Amino acid sequence: MSQVIEKKTSKKDSSSEATSSNGVSFSKETYLGWYETMQRIRKFEERALMMYSQNKIRGFLHVYIGQEAIAAALTTAVTSDDPIVTAYRQHGIGICRGLSTAACMAELFGKKTGANKGKGGSMHFFSKEHNYFGGNGIVGAQIPIGTGIAYAEYYRETKNLCVTMFGDGAARQGSLHESFNMAMLWNLPVLYICENNGYAMGTSVQRTSNVVDIHMIGDAYGMKHKAVDGMDVEKTHLAIKEAADHIRDGKGPYFLEIKTYRYRGHSVSDPAKYRTKEELTKYKERDPILILEDKILDAKIASEDELKDIQDAIKTEINEAVKFAEESEYPPASDLYTDNYLQEDYPFIRD
Amino acid sequence: MARELTLRDALNEAMREEMQRDDRVFLMGEEVAEYNGAYKVSRGLLDEFGPKRVVDTPIAELGFAGIGVGAAMNGLRPIIEFMTWNFAVLAFDQIVNNAAKTLSQSAGEFSCPIVFRGPTGSAGQLAQQHSQTFESWMANTPGLKVISIVDPADAKGLLKSAIRDDDPVCMMESEQMYGLKGEVPEGEYLVPIGKAAIRREGSDVTIVSFNKMMEVVKPAAEELAKEGIEAEVIDLRTIRPLDYQTLVNSLKKTNRMVVVDESWPFAGVSSEIAYAMQKYAFDYLDAPITRLNAADTSLPYAPTFVEEYLPNPEKVIRAVKEVMYINA
Ligand SMILES: Cc1ncc(C[n+]2csc(CCOP(=O)(O)OP(=O)(O)O)c2C)c(N)n1
Ligand SMILES: [Mg+2]
Repeated sequence: MSQVIEKKTSKKDSSSEATSSNGVSFSKETYLGWYETMQRIRKFEERALMMYSQNKIRGFLHVYIGQEAIAAALTTAVTSDDPIVTAYRQHGIGICRGLSTAACMAELFGKKTGANKGKGGSMHFFSKEHNYFGGNGIVGAQIPIGTGIAYAEYYRETKNLCVTMFGDGAARQGSLHESFNMAMLWNLPVLYICENNGYAMGTSVQRTSNVVDIHMIGDAYGMKHKAVDGMDVEKTHLAIKEAADHIRDGKGPYFLEIKTYRYRGHSVSDPAKYRTKEELTKYKERDPILILEDKILDAKIASEDELKDIQDAIKTEINEAVKFAEESEYPPASDLYTDNYLQEDYPFIRD
Repeated sequence: MARELTLRDALNEAMREEMQRDDRVFLMGEEVAEYNGAYKVSRGLLDEFGPKRVVDTPIAELGFAGIGVGAAMNGLRPIIEFMTWNFAVLAFDQIVNNAAKTLSQSAGEFSCPIVFRGPTGSAGQLAQQHSQTFESWMANTPGLKVISIVDPADAKGLLKSAIRDDDPVCMMESEQMYGLKGEVPEGEYLVPIGKAAIRREGSDVTIVSFNKMMEVVKPAAEELAKEGIEAEVIDLRTIRPLDYQTLVNSLKKTNRMVVVDESWPFAGVSSEIAYAMQKYAFDYLDAPITRLNAADTSLPYAPTFVEEYLPNPEKVIRAVKEVMYINA
């Protein structure tokens, strides 16, 4: 599925970062690119939820609705050569990396045309082509893995950094502390991003630690850190860019806490009774797509018609993605025995 | 008096009664208190016992399992809930290197009366990391006892025994079967650790299983009966220590055995049983023991894989006919 707007590289953007008088800091293509990415993810997730309720998608489904600005900012603030690894709430990250919505939807349907041949499902998209090291289902497991991906970049002496993403809940795993320590000790090119959406399942951040400003954990390891409003794609882009520059300058790891919110329950089975309606409403008023839409229209970066064109194109794209997923075949049962070992004649026990 | 309870409520009742009986018993784990349990097994316990005895933890399995071990060594009786046993992998250090070894390495100075519990096994299309069984992993370790149940009455009786047991116990439940109903005795009801249960008497073949595979074996046995094959069905309930005697006794009667076990085949519960039976009941065997396991692979997401991977009644029937030398 082709992109509606050609993706811009971060290098071009940096030239236009000086704020002009009307608060427009980036090129029109950049704003519309963000808008398109966010719409694509939002519409993809809404359709996935609908397909889940029709039993087309099974197992766990953790959607990214509310957090899209982070994925959008990643398309401009780091390069496509920078590897990314994240947790199971990962459709948006896979999509922002360039996986097609058709391949992603087919994966959710468990079809052999899916991004990972129907083997991974909702929690596990992976793509070497897109430098996407996957969605991980074990909370916190990707923190050392991302550190190791960065180790390989350091080892090969590339210019790349590894974006290692995790939730507020994951920030309480021991794996974070061990990773932070070693990343600092060895000065690895790793950008840790905590997507703080306020909750780990039913547990609010306040109930998991006395350190509620999660980015402050960086201090314990002498790691540079910062928090940013993740509902505002411009601020999020700038913060990630600043962190990436720091790392690329050889100044070491960086810990960015991006404050965001998930609108839906933890997964489809969670009624989210642990939070108030008012809280949800408050965040929906600061919806990242609305904020950007307002900005684009108020500053006359693009017209309402132009935004409408993007929305329409996305709608068509997602319809086609669903159709593609529906019409694709399930993988044959015999593929259960593929992708377990690279050794082709591996002697499985089959009794 | 017995009444119908779900597996979930039977486990809940066991914890409630033991917490009422012994104030050293407390429950700790992710989402166990305010959310009433990820699968609602601990519903109402926070209200009844308060936040000191029903404790929500951050996501930190290695840490809170170890806190359980220390508390057990220092006079308490923790129940540590893992949201699923897949996440207990992070805590293996504390379970295997510590809980299991406290008594031995302290030469009896310290014991570790703790229960680690949570669901094990596949639960639909949850993919590789969320679909594993852990009975043979844990049962491989001296110092641990391992229970794996699906029947609600057993769940109550064995969890109560586990909480009272002075040694560390791993209790394995089933996410998909938490809603399974059964008759459960009210009040004091203990099922001894280490005793299998004969669920169905039969003389033609012995089918051994445990946890949710019991629900696969049951319809298979009924189907076989229609064809005139009477299967004796044994629910192991406890994996370690294994009730070899009940198995040998059954084999003496039926002379044939099929083990149905959701674990992977290599070095699993099924291999242990097959070894022990050829050793202790060789003269009674009319056919090699056959086992039915999950496939020797990781479990990917698509439904075709789940179907291929797991034992089902048709596969059980085929295995039974194999040991009976009946050509299907
Ligand atoms: C090691 C481990 N423990 C527990 C779980 C169950 N679990 C899945 S997601 C989750 C909450 C994680 O919250 P957070 O890190 O904030 O990410 P979010 O869901 O908010 O994106 C839990 C407890 C798991 N998958 N892995
Ligand atoms: Mg969270």
